[in-house]
This record gives sequence, structure tokens and C-alpha cells, in this order.
Amino acid sequence: MQSTVDDAEVAKFEAMAAEWWDVEGKFKPLHMMNPVRLDYITSQIAAEFDRDLTTDRPFAGLRILDIGCGGGLLSEPMARLGADVVGADAAERNIPVARIHAEQSDLTIDYRHTTAEAVAGAGEQFDAVLNMEVVEHVADPLAYLTACHDLLKPGGLMICSTINRNAKSFAVAILGAEWVMRWLPKGTHDWSKFITPDELYDLLSRAGLEPVDKRGFVFNPVSWSWRMSDRDLSVNYVTASLRSH
Amino acid sequence: MAHDADVLIVGGGLVGATLALALDRARLSSVLIDARPADTQNAPGFDGRSYALALSSVRMLKATGLWPALAAEAQPMLEIKVSDGRAGTGPSPFVAEFHHGEIEEGPMGHMIEDRHLRRVLQKALDGARRVTRLSGQTLEKQVPGTAEIELTLSGGQTLSAPVVVACDGRISGTAERAGIRHLRTDYGQTALVCAIAHDLPHNGIAHQFFMPEGPLAVLPLAGNRSSIVWTEATDRAAAIQALGDDDYLQVLRPRFGDFLGPITLAGARWTYPLGLSLAERLVADRIALAGDAAHAVHPIAGQGLNAGLRDVAALAEVLTLAKRRGEDIGQTDVLNRYERWRRADVTTLALATDAFNRLFSNDDPVLRGLRNLGLGAVNALPEVRRSFIREAAGLSGDLPRLSMGQAI
Repeated sequence: MQSTVDDAEVAKFEAMAAEWWDVEGKFKPLHMMNPVRLDYITSQIAAEFDRDLTTDRPFAGLRILDIGCGGGLLSEPMARLGADVVGADAAERNIPVARIHAEQSDLTIDYRHTTAEAVAGAGEQFDAVLNMEVVEHVADPLAYLTACHDLLKPGGLMICSTINRNAKSFAVAILGAEWVMRWLPKGTHDWSKFITPDELYDLLSRAGLEPVDKRGFVFNPVSWSWRMSDRDLSVNYVTASLRSH
Repeated sequence: MAHDADVLIVGGGLVGATLALALDRARLSSVLIDARPADTQNAPGFDGRSYALALSSVRMLKATGLWPALAAEAQPMLEIKVSDGRAGTGPSPFVAEFHHGEIEEGPMGHMIEDRHLRRVLQKALDGARRVTRLSGQTLEKQVPGTAEIELTLSGGQTLSAPVVVACDGRISGTAERAGIRHLRTDYGQTALVCAIAHDLPHNGIAHQFFMPEGPLAVLPLAGNRSSIVWTEATDRAAAIQALGDDDYLQVLRPRFGDFLGPITLAGARWTYPLGLSLAERLVADRIALAGDAAHAVHPIAGQGLNAGLRDVAALAEVLTLAKRRGEDIGQTDVLNRYERWRRADVTTLALATDAFNRLFSNDDPVLRGLRNLGLGAVNALPEVRRSFIREAAGLSGDLPRLSMGQAI
């Protein structure tokens, strides 16, 4: 931490870091979804860059950008797997929180208060860009995905997840998650901004990317856990796309 | 701070050693801390102890590459006969029989002697690159932190890793220091354990007689030998254990009749006080419990070691998958996955063996009638029988990959 930050601020950020990482706390839905998200991200990166996940630090030498990094729930695993990670978040308060937790976890991660467009504008490029549950929150998805394209090195991989738009996703993601389960604050999602897989594939293509894979993330209320599905993309889903060489 | 290993394992017995090997196969490193001096587990003589390995355990030993060295010493159990009996009168006519043909493959399980299992595990540990053994050391202190847990050993050495697994037995100091309490029941019974040699072949048949004093198991070992697990009230068991070998055999013989011909002792005699011990939680801050540290059950169905090996299979899988996805393998939600996976099985097992023992260990004529009725019913209903067999073979529930014979 920089010495200009006063002790009360540090204490506040430590409390917020603890909150971000409390698996039973207000980010519980993200923690529950994290294993299946990581399974997809790690297997796609390993396949694209020919890495063996059974070895130590398999992502060594890869530069990864985590957009909307929050408290670092994805950035930390990527760093633990050996990648050089930049975590970007437009919410300024998340950055010191993520920094404190990385320090507590003995990890080195470059957390920045910035946007995808700003990083792209500075000409930085990455082997992989993680773009998880962000695109449904942005004002102009095509401009945003174009910036994501520019952030990739030629041959780079982008993982992009979002929420489908249909009656079921309205029932599950808005009524279920926000109103009934209170997993998310009301107003977290605007259903009209949800994107169907076909629309996302179209946007990705128009942004200059080549979509190569899509899977559903399905919540099972009996086992109370998430799993990946090849067929059920009706609510949460994820895509992989490549920037051509 | 750099960690000494992925996992620190406290307790180098069968469960701890198997966990170290399962992790090694999945490319996770461990330090195996054992209170005993290095060579005590390689004593050559047969000490009279043996285990009934369920099919799921055998599959796990196959998946970890340990089975080839054990197979030659293992005795397949082809059939299990369960009957109600009273000393001197022989088994009741209501006998439940379980044949291996009722499940899809192979024998229902294998009997293996303790000395062979320990020797094979020690040899495998010698060749395991990712296992460091620290023998003759006990754990003095454990301090969980934000990125690791630090252990201080009796020799003054400190070690750190993301997670500690306590395999230090029924009275687990590691669990106690972590504030995990155990539910404990003393049955007031003691198991007398010995091996016998006999003239007639056992044909791979295991027998379980339910006597008023408690159950008596006769389990086939390689050759014309059998393992005896014989339960008596604790004071009576102490009196029997104090007898000379000849007198001991005089007490034992009438209990299961003469179907194996003349018998002699083939190894030392052991006693184990019986009690149920169940941890209120299987995990704490950067700590997981496995084996007897998590659950010590009545050996009535021979499920103690098998349950410990299922802990190992589940925990090795949870930790391995977490490491491959870059998670902190000691963080709460990773360890909670293990807790959720094992909790139902562990509790069911403890309650079932407890109820089983209470039902079968007495001479009430009403209960005796119920038992006979129950065993008769089990025998008459193929579906019920199959589920008993699958349960005993460790084939029910959501199985870890290793328990299905697959690598992680």
C-alpha cells in the first residue's frame, strides 16, 4: 500500500476485501459460480496455448487481462497458475480491496482503476482477456467488444460470459436471483440488456473476433451447485473467441 | 512466502500414506508427518491384523497403481453369509447370503493383511517424488493464516502449506487444536482380533454371526487362514484376552462351530475397545480431517478403513481440481466441497453401524425374532439384498473418480 493512504481507509478496505472473499457473504453467488467459470477459462486457455494443467504454474509467460476484476476472484487463480495478470475495474473502490487480498494471498497482480477502452487506447495487448459478466452492463456492447478485440495479441483468446435474454432468464436472473433469493441487489441487471448467444456471436464477429465455442452454466438447485452444459444456454452462458493471427 | 508443499499430512498411517500417494499421482506435493520412527511400519512378521477392502477401495488402489503389489497377497471374498447365532447352538436357520454375482463385477471385496498393506504403501512412498516424509515428529502447534497454515513440529521445525489434512486417528490432536469436537459413544464392548489357521478351506466365504454378546466375523485370508473379529463386553473381553492361547481357543471354538475343522492361532492377539467417534465438522480453517480423525465406527461391517479411503479419494479429487483451476486449495469453500461430499456418507455409516450394533448385540427374544425376520426378509428380496451388497462394497452414492478406478 502507498503511504498516503490512511489507516482508517486501509481498515475499511480490509473489511471490504474480507466481504468480497466471504464465501457465505454478499458475493456468495459469484463464489458458487467460480469453480465452473474457472473450469471453462482454464481449459480453454490450456487448449489454446497448449498448456498442461496438471503441472505447476502452467500459465507462466501468458499475459492475462481480467476486466471487471472486482475483488480478484478470477485474477488470483490466474496469477496462482503462473500468468502475469492485470486486473481492471471501473469501480475505483474495488482496486485497493483487490490489492489487499492479493497481498494477503502472496500473489503479485497489477490491479488498475481503468476501463477496457483506456487500456486498449494505451496500446497494451494480452494473450487472453477475461470478460466475465460485463458485456450486459455496458452502454455500447459493440464498441466495448471492439476494444476487447484490440486488447488481444494476434491469436489471442477472449472468454466472454453473459446472460441470455428470454422468459426463463427473466424468471431466474431477475425474479429469482434479485427478488426471491436476494443473491444480488435489485437493479443489478437490466433484462433488456441481456444478449442471446446468436446476438453475441454476431457482435463478436462484427468486433473482428472469431467465436469458437459456447457453453451453458447451469445451476442445479438440488446439488446447489453450478455445472457446465453443452446444450442448455438458456440463462448463463460463456463463449470463447479468437483474434486471428 | 514459498510453501513447503501443497498439502501437509499429519499422521503417516494407512489413510495418511494413501492420501500422500493419491496426491502424488495427481502431481500435488505433500509432507507426511508421522510420530513413529521411520522403520516401525516395515516389521516383517504377520501381526494378526487384516482388513476387508471393499470393491471401491480396491478400485482406488488400482487407480493409484498400488494393487499389483497387493493382489498376490489378497484373498477375494466371494460370498458373505450373515446369520444370527447363540454360543453353542450354531447359526439360526435364517441366513442372509450375499453373492458377488449379484453385483456386476468380480469379488465383493478382498481381505488383506495389515503387514502387506503397510509394506506396499511404504515402498510406494519411497518412490513417490512429490512426498517428503518426516518421521518421529509430532505436531506441536498450528497457526492458520490468510494464505497458508504454519505448523511447528516437536523438533522445532516449521512448515507451511495452503492446507493441512489431519489423519492422526480417533484422538486427533490436530482436530482438537482446531476446535473441532467429537461426538463419542462407548459401547462398553471390545473387539478381540486374531488370525487362525484351519484345516478345511474357507472357499472365499466370509461369515458374520450375530451373537448376543456382539458380532463375530470370520473373514478369509490367503491360504487356509482366517481373520477373526470377535466382540464381547469389555470386562469379559479383558478376561478372555488374559487367557493363554489354548484357553483362548477353547472359548472361541464353540462360537462358530467346526465348519473349518481344527483351528490354531496364526499371529498375535489384539483388542480394540469399541466406540463411535464422529467429528462435528470435517473441516476447519485450512484443515480437513480424514479417516479415524473424522469418523471411527464400529468394525461391525468392516467399513472403517474403507470409509477412510473414500475420504482420501474425495479429498484428493477436491484438492486436485481446485489446484488445477488456480484456487487457493485451503480456502473455505474448497474445503466445504469435501465436507459436503463426505458428510452424508460418514453420518449414515456411523448411524447405521450404531443402530445395527444395538439391534444385534443383545439377547432379547423379541429383538432376536425381529432379527431373524429381518435377515430372512433381506434374503427373500433381491433388490434389498443388492443394495446391501452395493453399500458394503462402497458402490452407492456419488463416487469420487478414484473410487471408480479412474485417475483424477
